[in-house]
Amino acid sequence: MQLTKDAAAAASAQDDLRRQMDGGDTQQFITFRIGDEEYGIDIMVVREIKGWAETTMIPNAPSHVRGVINLRGVVVPIFDLRARFGMGLTETTRMHVVIIVATGKRIVGLLVDAVSDIISVSPSAIRPVPEMGLPANDHFLEGLVALDDRMVTLVALSGLFGQQAAPAGGHAPDGDGSDAQKAA
Amino acid sequence: MNPLAQFRQTYFEECAGLLEEMQAGLEALADGAGDDETLHAVFRCVHSIKGGAGVFGFDALVAFSHLFESLLDQLRDHRVPPNRDVLQVLLHAGDALADIVAAARDDATLPEDFAADVTQSLRALLEGTSAATPAPHTPHPTEASQPGERHRYRIVFTPRTELLERANEPLLLIRQLQRLGDLAVAADTSRLPRLDVMEPEAAYLKWIFTLDTGAAEGSIRDVFEFVEDDCDLTIERVAPASTDAAVAVEAAPPPKGTGEAPIAHTVLAQSIRVDVEKLDRLVNLVGEMVITQAMLTEESQTLPTDRYPSLIKGIEALAQNARELQDSVMAIRAQPVKSVFARMPRVVRDLAASLGKEARIVMTGETTEIDKTVIEQLNDPLTHMIRNALDHGIEPPEERVKAGKLRVGTIHLAAAQRSGRIIIEVSDDGRGIDRDKVLAKARERGLVAPGTQPGDDEIDNLIFLPAFSTAETISNISGRGVGMDVVKRNVQSLGGRIDVTSKFGSGSRFVMSLPLTLAVLDGMVVSVGRQTYIVPLTAIIESLRPKAADIHRVVGRGDVLALRGEYVPLTYLHRCFAIDQAITDPCRGIVTIVQSEGAGRVGLVIDQLLGQQQVVVKSLEANYERVEGISGATILGNGRVALILDVARLNESANGSRSAPANEWFDADALVTA
Repeated sequence: MQLTKDAAAAASAQDDLRRQMDGGDTQQFITFRIGDEEYGIDIMVVREIKGWAETTMIPNAPSHVRGVINLRGVVVPIFDLRARFGMGLTETTRMHVVIIVATGKRIVGLLVDAVSDIISVSPSAIRPVPEMGLPANDHFLEGLVALDDRMVTLVALSGLFGQQAAPAGGHAPDGDGSDAQKAA
Repeated sequence: MNPLAQFRQTYFEECAGLLEEMQAGLEALADGAGDDETLHAVFRCVHSIKGGAGVFGFDALVAFSHLFESLLDQLRDHRVPPNRDVLQVLLHAGDALADIVAAARDDATLPEDFAADVTQSLRALLEGTSAATPAPHTPHPTEASQPGERHRYRIVFTPRTELLERANEPLLLIRQLQRLGDLAVAADTSRLPRLDVMEPEAAYLKWIFTLDTGAAEGSIRDVFEFVEDDCDLTIERVAPASTDAAVAVEAAPPPKGTGEAPIAHTVLAQSIRVDVEKLDRLVNLVGEMVITQAMLTEESQTLPTDRYPSLIKGIEALAQNARELQDSVMAIRAQPVKSVFARMPRVVRDLAASLGKEARIVMTGETTEIDKTVIEQLNDPLTHMIRNALDHGIEPPEERVKAGKLRVGTIHLAAAQRSGRIIIEVSDDGRGIDRDKVLAKARERGLVAPGTQPGDDEIDNLIFLPAFSTAETISNISGRGVGMDVVKRNVQSLGGRIDVTSKFGSGSRFVMSLPLTLAVLDGMVVSVGRQTYIVPLTAIIESLRPKAADIHRVVGRGDVLALRGEYVPLTYLHRCFAIDQAITDPCRGIVTIVQSEGAGRVGLVIDQLLGQQQVVVKSLEANYERVEGISGATILGNGRVALILDVARLNESANGSRSAPANEWFDADALVTA
């Protein structure tokens, strides 16, 4: 399992509790859709879910940064997961959803198409992401879960955002060059 | 954190305050401005430092402060004349005390001979007097345990409940007694009630100590001096080893106790210590409330007044209360500038000595209050300005005399609050700015275009340019790699301005204007395309809509605006930030002339001015990262986030854009604005 360290630490106590209650060793994920694909994110890092609202753009930011919103007085950046996954910008409507998550000390919002479900998964049911032999842009993929006839891709927050861990540049696969600009 | 460590921290926090007060008092005494009350205050400070040091077992600190305190005591009793030499020793002792406190705090070990000369002078002064009049205050045991003069004391110590309530710990007192000699302790538990009727926080015990010591009775009494009002204490000398009859001394407070105890108590009752973080949280919350209130007010204006009269009245009252609440909360964090000013006399004293100049500092308005956030960042620029005044302004004594001035130069440091801002002035009666020299140097460095003749004010302000601090002006004092440009940058980063006026031959005057707080900022709300930004009002010089004839293109450098005979470079905000749907023609939009770092004035091309507003500054970095050209964010009355422009940095990136291929700025354009 590859949760972010902070999230794991925060979650561990409650995990224990949950395990006792479930009597099983399962982990819960919130699943959401981007296009036809279904993704899952550890429920313990999710703070709230809210409808899309207009953001304030951040100048010269990578394209997947949709700007900032006011979340009860806190300035929270919104990341477009579709763009982050290299599938172009989301055409936002009022029906789109922002998942507010906590990663480490930061609060960020993830723009997705819709939130669909909460699933309980035992670790043994998580399959590794198959190697496709491509220069993969998949360090944010945690694993795959088969659920009846659906497949859910589990997303790890730690790999999603440049500022969290690895050096800048490596995390801007959209190639809009704005990182290079900043460096210059 | 264990409780003792916490007390330790509190103790050192207190020490910092006490040292500051002591320093201020000593300065006043040295200047001849102090009176008996000042001396008492200094004494109390040193005394309190000693008291705490004893509890925590900082022996070196106890020993030194005791010596210091003894001399102060002699001064109070007029047994030592307050002449120059004595005051000099006191000043040095004050510095040494600060160092010893710092060493104790950092667990550092000071060299054996640390402050040996000061200790020596203190001793010499003390001995000089004690020969004439025997001091009632016996020296501290560490330096006074002469063998052969041991006595036995019987001490009966009955703490009252109040003693425990004031967080005094009998065990610590017992340990301190133990250090004085051979101690036998017997506890009298006869008053201890049965468990079921026992008050857990009451004091029931009584101790009888038998102490064999070479220390005098005063030292024993010193151990109890912080608790003597809260306990019953009998100290008597008993046989053997003594030929004297036992002297029973009732615990009458010594004369000095009468003056200080009530003062200490009233202070305690009137102030509390609060964690700054808690205050910050409160400030943030109130900021939120003000925003919400602004939102409500805006919304209420669409309501028909006759239908909801009480609702509208209520919202008006809320607005009033919210504003008052915000002011009060800000006032909690406000501190008098005294805490920064108090360090300056020392700067002047030390520097004047090393420069061979004579100068005094006069301070006014020290009680003016500003937000903690500003105070913290005021020290560096202020210190530098004082240094600058002393180094470049004040002339050597002979030169002053020749010029018909007083031998001793005066630096005036003043603070005042004026229309929501704080004005800090540093003026000197020195030689002033030699404009011819400054202008010559500026021309030599290409800072002033040949053929132009800047006005006097403009010449004076040339000294703030980064390139101006040159080898010639650098002395080992004020030129430690820091020029007036750094002062200016510091002040600007605080949202302030600095100006200088000078009269050659009779002095210079630096005037800083600073916001009262960094948490709130006066901003101009502007729009570019569909985006809204805040420009700090302090950065704005003027705003105008230029005529097409005034806009010129300089090949390879971009556009300039002809403004009253000067050419101001234009920065297109929509280009810097890749904003589409913006007005690209400055003649249809607005040009806001802003003061930027280094490059002087810059015209910022925007679409519209939306209005002036006070905004609460929020961090963008907390959840995202630093953004070039943006200094922070705020939340507008409509609940939307607006970014605050960092005008100085904006210019830098805009400069880059002029030399870089233009399309680089447009890369993210189509992508970002959906």
